[in-house]
Amino acid sequence: MGRKNLVRRLGQMILALLGISFISFCLVMLAPGDVARQMIAGNQEIMVSQAEVDALKAELGLDQPFFFQYISWLGRAVQGNFGNSFMMKRPVLDVVLASLPATVVLAASSSAFMLIFALPLGIYAAVKQNTWFDYLVRGFSFIGMSVPNFWMGLMLLWIFGLQLGWFPILGGEVSLENMALPTVTLGIAMASKYIRQVRVAILEELNQDYVTGARSLGMSETYILWREVLPNALLPLVTLFGLSLGSLLGGAAVVETVFSWPGLGYTAVQAITYRDFQLIQAIVLWIASMYMIINLLVDISYAYFDPRLRKVGR
Amino acid sequence: MDTKKNKFLSNKGFVLFSILAVVIVLIAAFAPVLAGGIDPTAGNLADAIMAPDAKHLFGTDKMGRDIYARVLYGARISLASTFVLVLAVFVIGTALGVLAGYFGGWVDAVIMRIADMMIAFPGLVLAIAVAGMLGASMRNAIIAIALVTWPKYARMARSLVLKVRHTDYVYAAIVTGSGTWHMLWKYMLPNTITTLVITAATDIGGMMMELAALSFLGFGAQPPTPEWGSMLNEGRDFMQSAPWLMVYPGLAIFITVVIFNMLGDNLRDILDPREE
Repeated sequence: MGRKNLVRRLGQMILALLGISFISFCLVMLAPGDVARQMIAGNQEIMVSQAEVDALKAELGLDQPFFFQYISWLGRAVQGNFGNSFMMKRPVLDVVLASLPATVVLAASSSAFMLIFALPLGIYAAVKQNTWFDYLVRGFSFIGMSVPNFWMGLMLLWIFGLQLGWFPILGGEVSLENMALPTVTLGIAMASKYIRQVRVAILEELNQDYVTGARSLGMSETYILWREVLPNALLPLVTLFGLSLGSLLGGAAVVETVFSWPGLGYTAVQAITYRDFQLIQAIVLWIASMYMIINLLVDISYAYFDPRLRKVGR
Repeated sequence: MDTKKNKFLSNKGFVLFSILAVVIVLIAAFAPVLAGGIDPTAGNLADAIMAPDAKHLFGTDKMGRDIYARVLYGARISLASTFVLVLAVFVIGTALGVLAGYFGGWVDAVIMRIADMMIAFPGLVLAIAVAGMLGASMRNAIIAIALVTWPKYARMARSLVLKVRHTDYVYAAIVTGSGTWHMLWKYMLPNTITTLVITAATDIGGMMMELAALSFLGFGAQPPTPEWGSMLNEGRDFMQSAPWLMVYPGLAIFITVVIFNMLGDNLRDILDPREE
Protein backbone atom coordinates (compact mmCIF):
# COMPACT_ATOMS: atom_id res chain seq x y z
CA MET A 1 0.00 0.00 0.00
CA GLY A 2 1.52 3.27 -1.10
CA ARG A 3 1.73 6.18 1.29
CA LYS A 4 -0.91 8.11 -0.60
CA ASN A 5 -3.28 5.19 -0.41
CA LEU A 6 -2.61 4.77 3.29
CA VAL A 7 -3.38 8.42 3.96
CA ARG A 8 -6.59 8.08 1.98
CA ARG A 9 -7.60 5.00 3.96
CA LEU A 10 -6.85 6.76 7.24
CA GLY A 11 -8.95 9.71 6.13
CA GLN A 12 -11.83 7.41 5.24
CA MET A 13 -11.50 5.66 8.56
CA ILE A 14 -11.67 8.88 10.54
CA LEU A 15 -14.80 9.89 8.61
CA ALA A 16 -16.37 6.51 9.25
CA LEU A 17 -15.45 6.72 12.94
CA LEU A 18 -17.21 10.08 13.13
CA GLY A 19 -20.29 8.45 11.62
CA ILE A 20 -20.03 5.57 14.05
CA SER A 21 -19.65 7.90 17.00
CA PHE A 22 -22.84 9.59 15.82
CA ILE A 23 -24.67 6.26 15.65
CA SER A 24 -23.40 5.34 19.13
CA PHE A 25 -24.57 8.69 20.42
CA CYS A 26 -27.96 8.34 18.78
CA LEU A 27 -28.53 4.91 20.33
CA VAL A 28 -29.64 6.59 23.52
CA MET A 29 -32.29 8.50 21.59
CA LEU A 30 -33.97 5.16 20.84
CA ALA A 31 -34.77 4.63 24.48
CA PRO A 32 -38.33 5.49 25.37
CA GLY A 33 -38.91 7.84 28.28
CA ASP A 34 -36.71 10.33 30.06
CA VAL A 35 -33.08 9.31 29.68
CA ALA A 36 -31.79 11.35 32.61
CA ARG A 37 -34.41 9.91 34.95
CA GLN A 38 -33.54 6.38 33.85
CA MET A 39 -29.85 7.06 34.31
CA ILE A 40 -30.41 7.84 37.94
CA ALA A 41 -32.99 5.17 38.62
CA GLY A 42 -31.37 2.43 36.55
CA ASN A 43 -33.71 -0.53 36.39
CA GLN A 44 -35.14 0.06 39.84
CA GLU A 45 -38.45 1.59 40.72
CA ILE A 46 -37.23 4.43 42.87
CA MET A 47 -38.48 7.97 43.15
CA VAL A 48 -36.27 10.51 41.45
CA SER A 49 -36.78 14.16 42.22
CA GLN A 50 -37.12 16.65 39.39
CA ALA A 51 -34.23 18.66 40.85
CA GLU A 52 -31.91 15.65 40.54
CA VAL A 53 -33.02 15.07 36.97
CA ASP A 54 -32.50 18.72 36.03
CA ALA A 55 -29.06 18.76 37.64
CA LEU A 56 -27.97 15.69 35.67
CA LYS A 57 -29.40 17.12 32.45
CA ALA A 58 -27.42 20.30 32.96
CA GLU A 59 -24.26 18.33 33.77
CA LEU A 60 -24.56 16.20 30.62
CA GLY A 61 -25.79 19.05 28.48
CA LEU A 62 -29.05 17.22 27.80
CA ASP A 63 -30.96 20.49 28.10
CA GLN A 64 -29.21 21.80 24.99
CA PRO A 65 -30.18 21.30 21.33
CA PHE A 66 -29.44 17.84 19.97
CA PHE A 67 -26.49 18.70 17.80
CA PHE A 68 -24.74 20.62 20.58
CA GLN A 69 -25.20 17.59 22.80
CA TYR A 70 -23.43 15.42 20.25
CA ILE A 71 -20.56 17.87 19.76
CA SER A 72 -19.95 18.23 23.48
CA TRP A 73 -20.17 14.46 23.99
CA LEU A 74 -17.68 13.94 21.17
CA GLY A 75 -15.42 16.65 22.57
CA ARG A 76 -15.31 14.90 25.93
CA ALA A 77 -14.98 11.46 24.33
CA VAL A 78 -11.85 12.29 22.35
CA GLN A 79 -10.26 13.35 25.62
CA GLY A 80 -11.08 9.95 27.06
CA ASN A 81 -13.93 11.24 29.19
CA PHE A 82 -16.96 9.07 28.51
CA GLY A 83 -18.76 10.07 31.66
CA ASN A 84 -19.67 7.84 34.57
CA SER A 85 -21.13 4.38 34.65
CA PHE A 86 -24.27 4.46 36.78
CA MET A 87 -24.20 0.71 37.19
CA MET A 88 -20.62 0.53 38.46
CA LYS A 89 -20.34 3.98 40.04
CA ARG A 90 -17.03 4.43 38.24
CA PRO A 91 -15.79 6.34 35.19
CA VAL A 92 -16.82 4.56 31.99
CA LEU A 93 -13.25 4.45 30.73
CA ASP A 94 -12.17 2.52 33.85
CA VAL A 95 -14.95 -0.01 33.38
CA VAL A 96 -14.05 -0.56 29.72
CA LEU A 97 -10.34 -0.88 30.47
CA ALA A 98 -11.06 -3.32 33.29
CA SER A 99 -13.10 -5.57 30.96
CA LEU A 100 -10.53 -5.47 28.22
CA PRO A 101 -7.98 -8.04 29.47
CA ALA A 102 -10.57 -10.82 29.78
CA THR A 103 -11.78 -10.19 26.24
CA VAL A 104 -8.25 -10.06 24.79
CA VAL A 105 -7.26 -13.29 26.54
CA LEU A 106 -10.38 -15.09 25.28
CA ALA A 107 -9.91 -13.75 21.74
CA ALA A 108 -6.34 -15.05 21.71
CA SER A 109 -7.12 -18.47 23.17
CA SER A 110 -10.10 -19.14 20.92
CA SER A 111 -8.18 -18.00 17.84
CA ALA A 112 -5.36 -20.37 18.78
CA PHE A 113 -7.87 -23.20 19.25
CA MET A 114 -9.36 -22.43 15.85
CA LEU A 115 -5.99 -22.39 14.06
CA ILE A 116 -4.86 -25.65 15.67
CA PHE A 117 -7.94 -27.47 14.39
CA ALA A 118 -9.04 -25.63 11.26
CA LEU A 119 -5.71 -25.54 9.42
CA PRO A 120 -4.70 -29.23 9.56
CA LEU A 121 -8.24 -30.56 9.16
CA GLY A 122 -9.12 -28.18 6.33
CA ILE A 123 -5.88 -28.85 4.46
CA TYR A 124 -6.08 -32.61 4.87
CA ALA A 125 -9.76 -32.72 3.87
CA ALA A 126 -8.90 -30.83 0.68
CA VAL A 127 -5.99 -33.12 -0.17
CA LYS A 128 -8.17 -36.18 0.48
CA GLN A 129 -11.19 -34.73 -1.31
CA ASN A 130 -14.25 -37.02 -1.43
CA THR A 131 -12.80 -39.65 0.92
CA TRP A 132 -14.46 -40.67 4.20
CA PHE A 133 -12.13 -38.28 6.02
CA ASP A 134 -13.32 -35.37 3.89
CA TYR A 135 -16.98 -36.25 4.45
CA LEU A 136 -16.43 -36.62 8.20
CA VAL A 137 -14.70 -33.25 8.52
CA ARG A 138 -17.35 -31.55 6.39
CA GLY A 139 -20.08 -33.13 8.46
CA PHE A 140 -18.56 -31.92 11.71
CA SER A 141 -18.01 -28.45 10.33
CA PHE A 142 -21.62 -28.30 9.18
CA ILE A 143 -22.92 -29.37 12.57
CA GLY A 144 -20.59 -26.93 14.31
CA MET A 145 -22.04 -24.09 12.25
CA SER A 146 -25.62 -25.05 13.01
CA VAL A 147 -25.35 -25.30 16.79
CA PRO A 148 -26.30 -22.03 18.49
CA ASN A 149 -23.23 -21.04 20.51
CA PHE A 150 -25.23 -20.28 23.64
CA TRP A 151 -26.67 -23.79 23.62
CA MET A 152 -23.26 -25.34 22.97
CA GLY A 153 -21.93 -23.32 25.91
CA LEU A 154 -24.74 -24.43 28.20
CA MET A 155 -24.33 -28.08 27.25
CA LEU A 156 -20.55 -27.98 27.76
CA LEU A 157 -21.12 -26.33 31.12
CA TRP A 158 -23.65 -28.98 32.04
CA ILE A 159 -21.52 -31.95 30.93
CA PHE A 160 -18.01 -30.85 31.90
CA GLY A 161 -18.88 -28.48 34.70
CA LEU A 162 -21.76 -30.16 36.49
CA GLN A 163 -21.74 -33.84 35.54
CA LEU A 164 -18.00 -34.45 35.36
CA GLY A 165 -16.94 -31.60 37.63
CA TRP A 166 -13.82 -30.88 35.57
CA PHE A 167 -14.33 -27.14 35.34
CA PRO A 168 -15.82 -24.52 37.66
CA ILE A 169 -19.29 -23.41 36.65
CA LEU A 170 -19.46 -20.04 38.33
CA GLY A 171 -16.88 -18.13 36.30
CA GLY A 172 -16.60 -14.50 37.25
CA GLU A 173 -12.84 -14.12 37.14
CA VAL A 174 -10.05 -14.62 34.65
CA SER A 175 -8.30 -17.92 35.31
CA LEU A 176 -7.11 -20.90 33.31
CA GLU A 177 -9.91 -23.21 34.53
CA ASN A 178 -12.57 -20.62 33.82
CA MET A 179 -11.15 -19.99 30.38
CA ALA A 180 -11.30 -23.55 29.04
CA LEU A 181 -15.01 -23.90 28.27
CA PRO A 182 -15.58 -20.46 26.72
CA THR A 183 -12.47 -21.03 24.60
CA VAL A 184 -13.79 -24.36 23.36
CA THR A 185 -17.27 -22.94 22.70
CA LEU A 186 -15.97 -20.02 20.64
CA GLY A 187 -13.21 -22.13 19.11
CA ILE A 188 -15.54 -24.85 17.80
CA ALA A 189 -17.85 -22.29 16.19
CA MET A 190 -14.91 -20.52 14.54
CA ALA A 191 -13.12 -23.72 13.52
CA SER A 192 -16.30 -25.05 11.87
CA LYS A 193 -16.44 -21.97 9.70
CA TYR A 194 -12.73 -21.91 8.90
CA ILE A 195 -12.35 -25.60 8.08
CA ARG A 196 -14.77 -24.98 5.22
CA GLN A 197 -12.95 -21.88 4.04
CA VAL A 198 -9.50 -23.48 4.23
CA ARG A 199 -10.70 -26.57 2.38
CA VAL A 200 -12.32 -24.60 -0.44
CA ALA A 201 -9.31 -22.28 -0.76
CA ILE A 202 -6.89 -25.21 -1.05
CA LEU A 203 -9.12 -27.05 -3.52
CA GLU A 204 -9.35 -23.99 -5.73
CA GLU A 205 -5.59 -23.61 -5.72
CA LEU A 206 -4.98 -27.31 -6.42
CA ASN A 207 -6.95 -26.94 -9.66
CA GLN A 208 -4.70 -24.17 -10.98
CA ASP A 209 -2.53 -24.73 -14.02
CA TYR A 210 0.72 -24.12 -12.18
CA VAL A 211 0.03 -27.14 -9.96
CA THR A 212 -0.43 -29.36 -13.01
CA GLY A 213 2.75 -27.83 -14.40
CA ALA A 214 4.68 -28.51 -11.21
CA ARG A 215 3.44 -32.10 -11.18
CA SER A 216 4.47 -32.65 -14.79
CA LEU A 217 7.93 -31.39 -13.87
CA GLY A 218 8.07 -34.18 -11.32
CA MET A 219 7.92 -32.11 -8.15
CA SER A 220 6.70 -34.08 -5.15
CA GLU A 221 3.15 -33.57 -3.93
CA THR A 222 4.43 -32.54 -0.51
CA TYR A 223 6.65 -29.88 -2.00
CA ILE A 224 3.85 -28.53 -4.19
CA LEU A 225 1.43 -28.44 -1.28
CA TRP A 226 3.71 -26.76 1.26
CA ARG A 227 5.75 -24.44 -0.91
CA GLU A 228 3.33 -23.51 -3.69
CA VAL A 229 -0.28 -24.15 -2.76
CA LEU A 230 -0.44 -23.23 0.92
CA PRO A 231 1.00 -19.71 0.73
CA ASN A 232 -1.28 -18.84 -2.18
CA ALA A 233 -4.39 -20.39 -0.68
CA LEU A 234 -4.05 -19.09 2.84
CA LEU A 235 -3.23 -15.46 2.10
CA PRO A 236 -6.83 -14.47 1.23
CA LEU A 237 -7.96 -16.07 4.49
CA VAL A 238 -5.94 -13.49 6.43
CA THR A 239 -8.63 -10.93 5.66
CA LEU A 240 -11.32 -13.21 6.96
CA PHE A 241 -9.32 -13.95 10.07
CA GLY A 242 -8.82 -10.23 10.61
CA LEU A 243 -12.58 -9.72 10.59
CA SER A 244 -13.05 -12.53 13.13
CA LEU A 245 -10.34 -11.11 15.37
CA GLY A 246 -11.84 -7.63 15.18
CA SER A 247 -15.19 -9.08 16.09
CA LEU A 248 -13.73 -11.11 18.98
CA LEU A 249 -11.96 -8.08 20.41
CA GLY A 250 -15.35 -6.43 20.64
CA GLY A 251 -16.28 -9.14 23.09
CA ALA A 252 -18.27 -12.28 22.44
CA ALA A 253 -21.46 -11.08 24.10
CA VAL A 254 -23.35 -14.35 24.08
CA VAL A 255 -20.56 -16.72 25.10
CA GLU A 256 -19.17 -14.34 27.72
CA THR A 257 -22.66 -14.10 29.22
CA VAL A 258 -23.15 -17.87 29.32
CA PHE A 259 -19.90 -18.33 31.25
CA SER A 260 -20.05 -15.05 33.22
CA TRP A 261 -16.69 -14.25 31.67
CA PRO A 262 -15.96 -10.66 32.77
CA GLY A 263 -15.08 -9.28 29.32
CA LEU A 264 -16.46 -6.47 27.17
CA GLY A 265 -19.33 -8.53 25.73
CA TYR A 266 -20.58 -9.45 29.20
CA THR A 267 -20.20 -5.85 30.35
CA ALA A 268 -22.10 -4.64 27.26
CA VAL A 269 -25.02 -6.96 27.97
CA GLN A 270 -25.09 -5.84 31.60
CA ALA A 271 -24.92 -2.19 30.57
CA ILE A 272 -27.82 -2.59 28.14
CA THR A 273 -29.89 -4.57 30.63
CA TYR A 274 -29.46 -1.85 33.27
CA ARG A 275 -29.68 0.99 30.72
CA ASP A 276 -26.29 2.36 31.65
CA PHE A 277 -26.34 4.75 28.70
CA GLN A 278 -22.91 6.30 28.81
CA LEU A 279 -21.28 2.89 29.21
CA ILE A 280 -23.24 1.55 26.22
CA GLN A 281 -22.16 4.47 24.03
CA ALA A 282 -18.52 3.96 24.91
CA ILE A 283 -18.55 0.19 24.39
CA VAL A 284 -20.31 0.43 21.03
CA LEU A 285 -17.82 3.07 19.91
CA TRP A 286 -14.88 0.96 21.12
CA ILE A 287 -16.12 -2.19 19.38
CA ALA A 288 -16.61 -0.51 16.00
CA SER A 289 -13.26 1.30 16.23
CA MET A 290 -11.47 -1.93 17.06
CA TYR A 291 -13.07 -3.66 14.11
CA MET A 292 -12.07 -0.90 11.70
CA ILE A 293 -8.51 -0.60 12.95
CA ILE A 294 -7.94 -4.35 12.65
CA ASN A 295 -9.37 -4.19 9.14
CA LEU A 296 -6.91 -1.49 8.20
CA LEU A 297 -4.01 -3.43 9.70
CA VAL A 298 -5.05 -6.51 7.73
CA ASP A 299 -5.06 -4.52 4.49
CA ILE A 300 -1.61 -3.14 5.27
CA SER A 301 -0.21 -6.59 6.14
CA TYR A 302 -1.75 -7.90 2.95
CA ALA A 303 0.27 -5.45 0.91
CA TYR A 304 3.33 -6.57 2.82
CA PHE A 305 2.77 -10.28 2.18
CA ASP A 306 1.69 -9.93 -1.43
CA PRO A 307 4.42 -8.26 -3.48
CA ARG A 308 2.04 -7.60 -6.38
CA LEU A 309 0.14 -5.10 -4.27
CA ARG A 310 3.33 -3.49 -2.99
CA LYS A 311 4.66 -2.64 -6.42
CA VAL A 312 1.56 -0.87 -7.69
CA GLY A 313 2.40 2.69 -6.67
CA ARG A 314 -1.10 4.07 -6.55
CA MET B 1 -39.99 -25.36 -17.57
CA ASP B 2 -39.68 -29.13 -17.50
CA THR B 3 -35.91 -29.12 -17.15
CA LYS B 4 -36.16 -26.64 -14.29
CA LYS B 5 -38.62 -28.84 -12.48
CA ASN B 6 -36.32 -31.82 -12.86
CA LYS B 7 -33.36 -29.87 -11.58
CA PHE B 8 -35.13 -29.40 -8.26
CA LEU B 9 -36.71 -32.82 -7.99
CA SER B 10 -33.61 -34.75 -9.05
CA ASN B 11 -31.59 -33.25 -6.19
CA LYS B 12 -32.23 -35.78 -3.43
CA GLY B 13 -30.90 -33.53 -0.67
CA PHE B 14 -33.17 -30.71 -1.71
CA VAL B 15 -36.23 -32.97 -1.80
CA LEU B 16 -35.40 -34.52 1.59
CA PHE B 17 -34.81 -31.22 3.37
CA SER B 18 -37.79 -29.57 1.69
CA ILE B 19 -39.95 -32.31 3.14
CA LEU B 20 -38.36 -31.87 6.58
CA ALA B 21 -38.85 -28.11 6.39
CA VAL B 22 -42.50 -28.65 5.51
CA VAL B 23 -42.76 -30.98 8.52
CA ILE B 24 -41.43 -28.20 10.78
CA VAL B 25 -43.89 -25.73 9.29
CA LEU B 26 -46.71 -28.25 9.85
CA ILE B 27 -45.60 -28.75 13.45
CA ALA B 28 -45.84 -24.99 13.91
CA ALA B 29 -49.22 -24.81 12.21
CA PHE B 30 -50.71 -27.70 14.14
CA ALA B 31 -49.02 -26.99 17.46
CA PRO B 32 -52.35 -26.78 19.35
CA VAL B 33 -53.39 -30.21 18.05
CA LEU B 34 -49.99 -31.82 18.68
CA ALA B 35 -49.80 -30.34 22.15
CA GLY B 36 -53.11 -32.03 22.92
CA GLY B 37 -54.76 -28.79 23.92
CA ILE B 38 -52.23 -27.90 26.61
CA ASP B 39 -51.78 -24.13 26.97
CA PRO B 40 -48.03 -23.38 26.63
CA THR B 41 -48.25 -20.26 28.79
CA ALA B 42 -50.48 -21.57 31.56
CA GLY B 43 -48.73 -23.29 34.42
CA ASN B 44 -49.74 -25.06 37.57
CA LEU B 45 -47.31 -24.36 40.39
CA ALA B 46 -48.09 -27.76 41.90
CA ASP B 47 -46.45 -29.28 38.80
CA ALA B 48 -43.32 -27.06 38.88
CA ILE B 49 -39.98 -28.62 37.83
CA MET B 50 -41.23 -32.11 37.02
CA ALA B 51 -38.93 -34.47 35.17
CA PRO B 52 -40.15 -35.81 31.81
CA ASP B 53 -42.79 -38.51 32.24
CA ALA B 54 -45.88 -39.80 30.45
CA LYS B 55 -47.98 -36.78 31.36
CA HIS B 56 -45.34 -34.15 30.59
CA LEU B 57 -43.22 -35.60 27.78
CA PHE B 58 -40.43 -33.03 28.14
CA GLY B 59 -41.07 -32.16 31.80
CA THR B 60 -42.21 -28.84 33.24
CA ASP B 61 -40.53 -25.52 34.12
CA LYS B 62 -40.43 -23.48 37.32
CA MET B 63 -43.97 -22.23 36.74
CA GLY B 64 -45.28 -25.73 36.02
CA ARG B 65 -45.65 -25.04 32.30
CA ASP B 66 -45.44 -28.01 29.95
CA ILE B 67 -42.12 -27.94 28.03
CA TYR B 68 -43.39 -30.20 25.25
CA ALA B 69 -46.22 -27.77 24.44
CA ARG B 70 -43.85 -24.82 24.77
CA VAL B 71 -41.32 -26.35 22.36
CA LEU B 72 -44.08 -27.04 19.79
CA TYR B 73 -45.50 -23.52 20.07
CA GLY B 74 -41.94 -22.20 19.97
CA ALA B 75 -41.73 -23.37 16.35
CA ARG B 76 -44.50 -20.88 15.51
CA ILE B 77 -42.67 -17.94 16.99
CA SER B 78 -39.27 -18.91 15.63
CA LEU B 79 -40.49 -19.57 12.09
CA ALA B 80 -42.82 -16.58 11.90
CA SER B 81 -40.30 -14.09 13.25
CA THR B 82 -37.44 -15.49 11.15
CA PHE B 83 -39.48 -15.31 7.94
CA VAL B 84 -40.55 -11.75 8.68
CA LEU B 85 -36.93 -10.84 9.36
CA VAL B 86 -35.51 -12.52 6.25
CA LEU B 87 -38.24 -11.00 4.08
CA ALA B 88 -37.70 -7.52 5.51
CA VAL B 89 -33.93 -7.67 5.07
CA PHE B 90 -34.30 -9.10 1.57
CA VAL B 91 -36.78 -6.47 0.38
CA ILE B 92 -35.10 -3.45 2.01
CA GLY B 93 -31.56 -4.51 1.14
CA THR B 94 -32.37 -5.39 -2.47
CA ALA B 95 -34.41 -2.24 -3.08
CA LEU B 96 -31.74 0.09 -1.68
CA GLY B 97 -28.94 -1.78 -3.44
CA VAL B 98 -30.69 -1.70 -6.81
CA LEU B 99 -31.45 2.02 -6.43
CA ALA B 100 -27.85 2.78 -5.44
CA GLY B 101 -26.44 0.80 -8.35
CA TYR B 102 -28.85 2.13 -10.96
CA PHE B 103 -28.83 5.83 -10.14
CA GLY B 104 -25.23 6.15 -8.90
CA GLY B 105 -24.17 9.65 -7.87
CA TRP B 106 -25.40 11.01 -4.57
CA VAL B 107 -28.09 8.32 -4.17
CA ASP B 108 -25.36 5.71 -4.31
CA ALA B 109 -23.07 7.71 -2.04
CA VAL B 110 -25.67 8.24 0.67
CA ILE B 111 -26.99 4.66 0.71
CA MET B 112 -23.61 2.98 0.58
CA ARG B 113 -21.93 5.22 3.16
CA ILE B 114 -24.72 4.38 5.60
CA ALA B 115 -24.28 0.71 4.72
CA ASP B 116 -20.50 0.95 5.31
CA MET B 117 -21.07 2.38 8.75
CA MET B 118 -23.51 -0.34 9.74
CA ILE B 119 -21.06 -2.98 8.52
CA ALA B 120 -18.36 -1.53 10.77
CA PHE B 121 -20.27 -2.99 13.72
CA PRO B 122 -19.27 -6.60 14.02
CA GLY B 123 -21.70 -9.40 14.74
CA LEU B 124 -24.58 -8.98 17.09
CA VAL B 125 -23.31 -6.05 19.15
CA LEU B 126 -25.23 -3.24 17.48
CA ALA B 127 -28.35 -5.41 17.26
CA ILE B 128 -28.11 -6.10 20.99
CA ALA B 129 -27.71 -2.41 21.73
CA VAL B 130 -30.63 -1.38 19.48
CA ALA B 131 -32.93 -4.11 20.79
CA GLY B 132 -31.97 -3.26 24.37
CA MET B 133 -32.57 0.44 23.85
CA LEU B 134 -35.92 0.04 22.08
CA GLY B 135 -37.12 -2.24 24.86
CA ALA B 136 -37.14 -6.01 24.95
CA SER B 137 -39.66 -7.59 22.57
CA MET B 138 -39.58 -9.89 19.59
CA ARG B 139 -40.65 -7.06 17.27
CA ASN B 140 -37.76 -4.88 18.40
CA ALA B 141 -35.34 -7.80 18.06
CA ILE B 142 -36.46 -8.20 14.44
CA ILE B 143 -36.03 -4.45 13.81
CA ALA B 144 -32.57 -4.54 15.40
CA ILE B 145 -31.26 -7.45 13.36
CA ALA B 146 -32.84 -6.11 10.15
CA LEU B 147 -31.07 -2.80 10.78
CA VAL B 148 -27.63 -4.42 10.91
CA THR B 149 -28.18 -7.02 8.16
CA TRP B 150 -29.64 -5.08 5.20
CA PRO B 151 -26.26 -3.65 4.11
CA LYS B 152 -25.06 -7.13 3.14
CA TYR B 153 -27.96 -7.48 0.69
CA ALA B 154 -27.68 -3.89 -0.51
CA ARG B 155 -23.99 -4.36 -1.35
CA MET B 156 -24.70 -7.56 -3.23
CA ALA B 157 -27.64 -6.11 -5.18
CA ARG B 158 -25.62 -3.01 -6.04
CA SER B 159 -22.66 -4.95 -7.39
CA LEU B 160 -24.96 -7.17 -9.47
CA VAL B 161 -26.71 -4.11 -10.90
CA LEU B 162 -23.38 -2.45 -11.69
CA LYS B 163 -22.38 -5.48 -13.75
CA VAL B 164 -25.15 -4.76 -16.26
CA ARG B 165 -25.76 -1.04 -15.70
CA HIS B 166 -23.35 0.13 -18.40
CA THR B 167 -23.94 -2.55 -21.01
CA ASP B 168 -25.20 -1.74 -24.49
CA TYR B 169 -28.56 -3.42 -24.12
CA VAL B 170 -29.38 -1.35 -21.05
CA TYR B 171 -28.46 1.88 -22.82
CA ALA B 172 -30.44 0.72 -25.83
CA ALA B 173 -33.49 0.15 -23.65
CA ILE B 174 -33.16 3.61 -22.12
CA VAL B 175 -32.66 5.29 -25.51
CA THR B 176 -35.71 3.54 -26.95
CA GLY B 177 -37.80 5.10 -24.23
CA SER B 178 -38.06 2.62 -21.35
CA GLY B 179 -39.15 4.45 -18.22
CA THR B 180 -37.12 4.40 -15.04
CA TRP B 181 -39.59 2.17 -13.24
CA HIS B 182 -39.60 -0.27 -16.15
CA MET B 183 -35.80 -0.32 -16.22
CA LEU B 184 -35.58 -1.08 -12.52
CA TRP B 185 -38.29 -3.69 -12.53
CA LYS B 186 -37.62 -5.51 -15.83
CA TYR B 187 -33.88 -5.10 -16.28
CA MET B 188 -32.16 -4.46 -12.95
CA LEU B 189 -34.12 -6.52 -10.44
CA PRO B 190 -34.12 -9.79 -12.46
CA ASN B 191 -30.34 -9.62 -12.61
CA THR B 192 -30.05 -9.61 -8.85
CA ILE B 193 -32.84 -11.89 -7.79
CA THR B 194 -31.29 -15.37 -8.13
CA THR B 195 -28.17 -14.55 -6.13
CA LEU B 196 -30.13 -12.74 -3.46
CA VAL B 197 -32.71 -15.50 -3.11
CA ILE B 198 -29.86 -17.99 -2.61
CA THR B 199 -28.31 -15.71 -0.01
CA ALA B 200 -31.63 -15.27 1.79
CA ALA B 201 -32.24 -19.02 1.78
CA THR B 202 -28.80 -19.79 3.23
CA ASP B 203 -29.25 -17.01 5.81
CA ILE B 204 -32.50 -18.37 7.30
CA GLY B 205 -30.74 -20.67 9.78
CA GLY B 206 -28.27 -17.99 10.86
CA MET B 207 -30.96 -15.38 11.40
CA MET B 208 -33.01 -17.86 13.40
CA MET B 209 -30.00 -18.35 15.68
CA GLU B 210 -29.48 -14.60 16.02
CA LEU B 211 -33.10 -14.03 17.02
CA ALA B 212 -32.86 -16.86 19.54
CA ALA B 213 -29.59 -15.39 20.84
CA LEU B 214 -31.23 -12.01 21.45
CA SER B 215 -34.09 -13.70 23.29
CA PHE B 216 -31.57 -15.77 25.24
CA LEU B 217 -29.85 -12.58 26.39
CA GLY B 218 -33.23 -11.19 27.43
CA PHE B 219 -33.62 -8.64 24.59
CA GLY B 220 -36.19 -10.53 22.52
CA ALA B 221 -39.26 -12.53 23.39
CA GLN B 222 -40.21 -12.30 27.06
CA PRO B 223 -41.56 -15.03 29.35
CA PRO B 224 -44.10 -16.55 29.37
CA THR B 225 -43.91 -16.44 25.55
CA PRO B 226 -42.84 -19.90 24.43
CA GLU B 227 -39.70 -18.89 22.52
CA TRP B 228 -36.76 -21.31 22.40
CA GLY B 229 -34.00 -18.79 23.21
CA SER B 230 -35.92 -17.26 26.09
CA MET B 231 -36.77 -20.77 27.40
CA LEU B 232 -33.05 -21.55 27.48
CA ASN B 233 -32.44 -18.34 29.38
CA GLU B 234 -35.04 -19.33 31.98
CA GLY B 235 -33.74 -22.88 32.08
CA ARG B 236 -30.08 -22.10 32.73
CA ASP B 237 -30.73 -21.31 36.40
CA PHE B 238 -32.00 -24.87 36.80
CA MET B 239 -29.10 -26.55 35.04
CA GLN B 240 -28.40 -28.78 38.02
CA SER B 241 -31.90 -29.73 39.06
CA ALA B 242 -33.75 -29.67 35.73
CA PRO B 243 -31.48 -30.17 32.72
CA TRP B 244 -34.50 -30.95 30.51
CA LEU B 245 -35.27 -27.23 30.54
CA MET B 246 -32.11 -26.69 28.47
CA VAL B 247 -31.97 -29.86 26.43
CA TYR B 248 -35.29 -29.73 24.53
CA PRO B 249 -35.51 -26.07 23.47
CA GLY B 250 -31.84 -26.23 22.42
CA LEU B 251 -32.41 -29.38 20.39
CA ALA B 252 -35.40 -27.72 18.75
CA ILE B 253 -33.30 -24.74 17.61
CA PHE B 254 -30.46 -26.99 16.48
CA ILE B 255 -32.65 -29.34 14.43
CA THR B 256 -34.57 -26.50 12.80
CA VAL B 257 -31.37 -24.62 11.94
CA VAL B 258 -29.75 -27.75 10.49
CA ILE B 259 -32.76 -28.38 8.26
CA PHE B 260 -32.90 -24.83 6.93
CA ASN B 261 -29.12 -24.64 6.49
CA MET B 262 -29.13 -27.88 4.49
CA LEU B 263 -32.07 -26.65 2.44
CA GLY B 264 -30.23 -23.41 1.69
CA ASP B 265 -27.04 -25.27 0.73
CA ASN B 266 -28.91 -27.57 -1.62
CA LEU B 267 -30.79 -24.68 -3.17
CA ARG B 268 -27.47 -22.96 -3.82
CA ASP B 269 -26.08 -26.09 -5.47
CA ILE B 270 -29.08 -26.23 -7.78
CA LEU B 271 -29.31 -22.56 -8.72
CA ASP B 272 -25.63 -21.68 -8.70
CA PRO B 273 -23.54 -24.53 -10.14
CA ARG B 274 -20.33 -22.45 -9.95
CA GLU B 275 -19.95 -23.25 -6.26
CA GLU B 276 -18.05 -26.52 -5.69
